[in-house]
Amino acid sequence: MSATDTVERTRRPARHELGPAAWLGRAFAVLVTVFFVVFFVVPILWLLIASGKSPHDLITTGPFTPGTAGDLVANWDALVRFQDGIVFRWLGNSAYYSLAALAITLVTTIPAGYALALGDFRGRKVLLTTTLVVMLIPNTALVLPIFLELSAANLIGTPLAAILPFSFYPFGVYLTYIYFSTSVPRDLLDAARIDGCGEVAVFLRIGLPLALPVIALVGFFSFVANWNNFFLPFLTVPGQAAPVQVGLTELLSSVPAFNPTAAGVTSIELPTLAVATLLSITPVLLIFLFSQRFLVAGLTAGGTKE
Amino acid sequence: MTAPTTEGPPARGAATGSSGSRRHHPPRSKRTTVAGRRSRIGYLFVSGYVLFAVAFGVLPALYAVFIAFLDGEGRFSGVASFTRVLQDFRFWPGALHVGAFLLSWLVALLVLVTLLALLVHGIGRRWLSSGIRFVYYIPGALAGASSVVLWLFVLNPTVSPVSAVLRAFGFETFVQTISPGNLPVVLAIIAFWTGAGGWIVVMYGALNSIPHEVLEAARMDGAGPVRTALHIQLPMLRKWISYMAVMSLASGTQLFVEPRVLSQASHAVVPADWSLNQLAYLYAFKQQDLNGSAAIAVILLVVSLGLSTFFVVRGGLFERD
Repeated sequence: MSATDTVERTRRPARHELGPAAWLGRAFAVLVTVFFVVFFVVPILWLLIASGKSPHDLITTGPFTPGTAGDLVANWDALVRFQDGIVFRWLGNSAYYSLAALAITLVTTIPAGYALALGDFRGRKVLLTTTLVVMLIPNTALVLPIFLELSAANLIGTPLAAILPFSFYPFGVYLTYIYFSTSVPRDLLDAARIDGCGEVAVFLRIGLPLALPVIALVGFFSFVANWNNFFLPFLTVPGQAAPVQVGLTELLSSVPAFNPTAAGVTSIELPTLAVATLLSITPVLLIFLFSQRFLVAGLTAGGTKE
Repeated sequence: MTAPTTEGPPARGAATGSSGSRRHHPPRSKRTTVAGRRSRIGYLFVSGYVLFAVAFGVLPALYAVFIAFLDGEGRFSGVASFTRVLQDFRFWPGALHVGAFLLSWLVALLVLVTLLALLVHGIGRRWLSSGIRFVYYIPGALAGASSVVLWLFVLNPTVSPVSAVLRAFGFETFVQTISPGNLPVVLAIIAFWTGAGGWIVVMYGALNSIPHEVLEAARMDGAGPVRTALHIQLPMLRKWISYMAVMSLASGTQLFVEPRVLSQASHAVVPADWSLNQLAYLYAFKQQDLNGSAAIAVILLVVSLGLSTFFVVRGGLFERD
């Protein structure tokens, strides 16, 4: 940074041609940008390639030498054989927990955000501030207490032990609140009230249809957060009921390269682990690729005061 | 963190406008029922959310505080659990590890995210700029265990796509790469890889909100890109940078899955009590000391709650009305 700074100061104010200093500055910018493109992309590219290699090729051939379809099938078969295809059970659990929690999240957060933005009731401001504070607390902070609570309620190991805590999603309430308070005018609701709509009808007929973009946004973020959560399901739904993120670490403990005691009948080779990792991220990766615009909108709304 | 709907008085301040107007009108029965009904409907709309907030936000927090002050037999024991935890020989190393990780990660985030956002913002071609932002953002899809498992490969010189780089640093085996001295930096790199893209997008958005005329005026005055960045763009980003720092600080204290997976994969070269959350886990599930575990959870909770409250109340970045 300081090198560019001195370079910058000695630079002559010639605007239209690139002097050596400006050229250096631009080269620096390109170099840094490209370096980080490589940094962010290479691990993912490598994962795609490694999934198609035999365990032997993975170590002996170059990291970017493509594998073969045959080896990909072999790795896939090995993964499916692991504990009689438990990987599908993990994926199914993940989908079940994430989607069920997503449904509850939408049913509870959308009306709440609506009422916070456009309603008028005692405690509104307190609820809003509380939502913000809780939203900023990392979700792992409450995992142990939630575990104790769920175990007092005898829910550990049941699907509810993952679904219920996942369903509490203050960030979704905040997003909905921001959306309704910035893009839906109160007058519009009043007009409907004058036409004789009750409060529930106003929400269902005017509020909800207008809220479709934010419903999609909340749904997206909630699904991704649920799918990727590790600490909570690791404690509350172990074993057969585990989602794929937790299952992945179980798979890991059967890889001899990482755990020498695991060498045995059920051992998992590295490329198989790569296939499993790829499988575990595929749903989220697909959603990412198809909803880029959403993501950017949500990230920016996450903390803005527009 | 108290049950929000029962909290009366502070909310009145927020609603003075409407309550004032209500006071001007004589209490005609129809008006009051309409206002009352709308208020009741408001409660109905937030009720589901409040139920979950109480069950999975407020109650667990209170419960943790409650049992942190009990002993194993359920008797009140004052701060005994806290002193026991604080005197544990693993507590302060754990705190130091987390601190070292936070330091490396925050420095990387602050410097690199700002720099990359500025560079990407300076790219003239739209498609190129948005393409690069998206590429930076993709690893955000891999959070938690998937990301660490992927990095197990990257950090393993025998299979790594960057084995030449690892060898250049003198790391010949996986265990050497993740030796305890390297760990804070290694974890910071993983966290940066996963999360930086999202922040770059946020910073880019903030940079976009700087009016074009301001940047043009600076250029007319002879400011180059570096001087523009230092004197115009950075001051405008300050709020966002502090937002990023606080969010990262709060979540960084909760480190769990990354060191746990590394510990599992390295056959305990990375100890199972490397971070504070891991220690809390050991207390609860290996030592059957729920009170001690709750004490650690409370300490971590107080830190992150304090940071977020400060930021929401004093930071002014969030819309609260």
